[in-house]
Amino acid sequence: MLKVEALDKQFTLHLRGGLRLPVLHDIALEVHAGECIALAGPSGAGKSTLLRSLYGNYRADAGRILVNHAGEMVDIAAAPPRTVVQVRARTLGYVSQFLRVVPRVPSLDIVAEAARDADRAEAQSRAAALLHRLNIPARLHALPPATFSGGEQQRVNLARGFIGGHPILLLDEPTASLDAANRDIVIAMIDEAKARGVAIVGIFHDAEVRGRVADRLLHVSPLQDAA
Amino acid sequence: MNGYNFAYLDEQTKRMIRRAILKAVAIPGHQVPFGSREMPLPYGWGTGGIQVTASVLGAADTLKVIDQGADDTTNAVSIRRFFARTAGVATTTDTNEATIIQTRHRIPEKALREDQIIVYQVPQPEPLSKLEPSRAETRRMHALAEYGAMHVRLYEDITRFGHVAISYDYPVMVNRRYLMAPSPIPAFDNPKMHMMPALQLFGAGREKRIYAIPPYTEVRSLDFDDHPFRTTRAPQSCALCGADDSYLDEIVTDDAGGRMFICSDTDHCETRQAEGHSGTGEPITREAAE
Amino acid sequence: MTEETLLSARDLNLHFGTIPALVSVDCDLWPGEVLAVVGESGSGKTTLLNVLSGRMRADSGVTWYRDPQSRLHDVHAMPAPALRALHRSDWGFVHQNPRDNLRMSVSAGGNVGERLMAAGNRHYGSIREAAIDWLEQVEIDAARVDDMPRTFSGGMLQRLQIARTLVTHPRLVFMDEPTGGLDVSVQARLLDLIRSLVARLDIAVVLVTHDLAVARLLAHRIMVMQRGVVVETGLTDQVLDDPQHEYTQLLVSSVLQA
Repeated sequence: MLKVEALDKQFTLHLRGGLRLPVLHDIALEVHAGECIALAGPSGAGKSTLLRSLYGNYRADAGRILVNHAGEMVDIAAAPPRTVVQVRARTLGYVSQFLRVVPRVPSLDIVAEAARDADRAEAQSRAAALLHRLNIPARLHALPPATFSGGEQQRVNLARGFIGGHPILLLDEPTASLDAANRDIVIAMIDEAKARGVAIVGIFHDAEVRGRVADRLLHVSPLQDAA
Repeated sequence: MNGYNFAYLDEQTKRMIRRAILKAVAIPGHQVPFGSREMPLPYGWGTGGIQVTASVLGAADTLKVIDQGADDTTNAVSIRRFFARTAGVATTTDTNEATIIQTRHRIPEKALREDQIIVYQVPQPEPLSKLEPSRAETRRMHALAEYGAMHVRLYEDITRFGHVAISYDYPVMVNRRYLMAPSPIPAFDNPKMHMMPALQLFGAGREKRIYAIPPYTEVRSLDFDDHPFRTTRAPQSCALCGADDSYLDEIVTDDAGGRMFICSDTDHCETRQAEGHSGTGEPITREAAE
Repeated sequence: MTEETLLSARDLNLHFGTIPALVSVDCDLWPGEVLAVVGESGSGKTTLLNVLSGRMRADSGVTWYRDPQSRLHDVHAMPAPALRALHRSDWGFVHQNPRDNLRMSVSAGGNVGERLMAAGNRHYGSIREAAIDWLEQVEIDAARVDDMPRTFSGGMLQRLQIARTLVTHPRLVFMDEPTGGLDVSVQARLLDLIRSLVARLDIAVVLVTHDLAVARLLAHRIMVMQRGVVVETGLTDQVLDDPQHEYTQLLVSSVLQA
């Protein structure tokens, strides 16, 4: 489903006189349908950077990121923006660490839009069900998430990520701001997704969660010593 | 002839105006600029119409001049006398006898013939003038046939009043191409312009424009499919001749609301009376008028 | 000019005296995609918009447009009537100040219906119905169809301008700072409206804005301009989250977080 070959990534900070920060070097990984790979490593090692590069949110300097998009292998690192947009729409889903808040759009609509159902009513009812499952009560559905707590915002974010039915999911610290009960719900959702054949790459700082959902680990070590 | 050139204007001027007229006839409804001359009447008194008439008038012509349908108003009389003095042509009040009819704001009731010319006095030749203040822009709109703004105006009328509330100078499409201002004739007269056998010439002296409708040209008043153009007239009959299909003037006869409705076209009315038609001859009360 | 682009510009150059407004600018737009052109004052972004839409002429370079029958047209070689007709039907232009594109003494319905009438629609009833439908789509109370725009707020005027522009289902809309000058809360609602309309109607948009947040919200792709030069172009979130060019990094780091 997803295959990475010889991925390199560095940041060049022009505002700091062109300072270069290499973060990833020669990364390789392969994820199959129904599998969950957890990226493990110390803070600042580049796990988030790798995840974002898989999504095309960060630009790869070298290597290939091959995604199985409708039967064809598409290289995210080299594809034109238009193609990446299409891949993200159908195949590649991403749940970021923090919800980026769109002002004035109700939580229900934020999730329903991601559902990509032709029928708006259908999308809204699925969204409501998913929010409900994640313990966002109905009285909050009509509110924009700007005033929600961190945990609530993250759960809206998760609902938005999971409802689309993408065959590949990238999860960045999905349970970080959640309490134990909600964490269990998310773990259940991940298990169900795997059972449906979804390939997952995730960052889980909580070792217990990692242990329960990950089939394999990929260690990401920092390229530079923290000096 | 009192020291005037024939019909007052010098030959070169008449030639220039005739060239403008030819161009106007070749492009029905299109406004042609011309070098409007100083005339012995001020702007707003028919100088455009007079210049056009002067340019097409020949010694053998018979001229009729009407003002709001009447031959006997001050202006009609003045202009008729002007041409009698400067051109020595025969003049008449009889529409049938006339070969050239200069008119302010009415078309005669009697259908005109192929051997006649009707010259309209025009105050504002630009039909889009109230919608678009820039003349450069209106010229562009005419050139590109972009008349959406006028339809918007009609749309607004229907929205506000339920019908198009333009009672005179009602805009028309000439030959399916140019939007034209027919001069402040009542909307009632618009249908007469369509396929008229006579040549129709329009002169605006102050604005310095001439335009024309050749004989048998399509002239359609603007409307909507579901709000078609309709003529309106006062429902009364003429108090003098009894006509119920002519355009009527409303004349207040006392200070108690009494009024008489009389044919605007004086020649038409007199002719009918001579033929034996008659109306009530009496004013009607305010209640009856409503 | 690839198989499917809707609009393609190559090597556009334009100087105002010695001031560079466009320097070797290339630009492509595909059907249904939103391209944001961002930059500070003097970047050339508005000039680019004007040149792409044929309102201004470049010193050199060419802009191609593909019509619904897949025929290519050189925007600057088109005869004026054809270009004006294009602007009234298949193209739209949303101005920053809605008063520039509205008739303030014509009712809201008349404003929305004008493009239909200009296109030859002569049925009052159907024009009015279409106008009411569009007012609802831009979230203006249909009861205001006969009201004058003079009585509308800034946000409503902008929504009215959008309705007036979209009524002929254009495939390509140029937008010049569509939310500039509006109150923040009004902006948010308007942005959401634009977002959903554009997605639903599959409209391609060239959007000029100095506000990176607007670009992030609305655009699939982004072009960053500095003094007439396109310094970076690509996927919106990639350019904003992982800027490669020095100027882009400067722009992104300068944005205040509320």
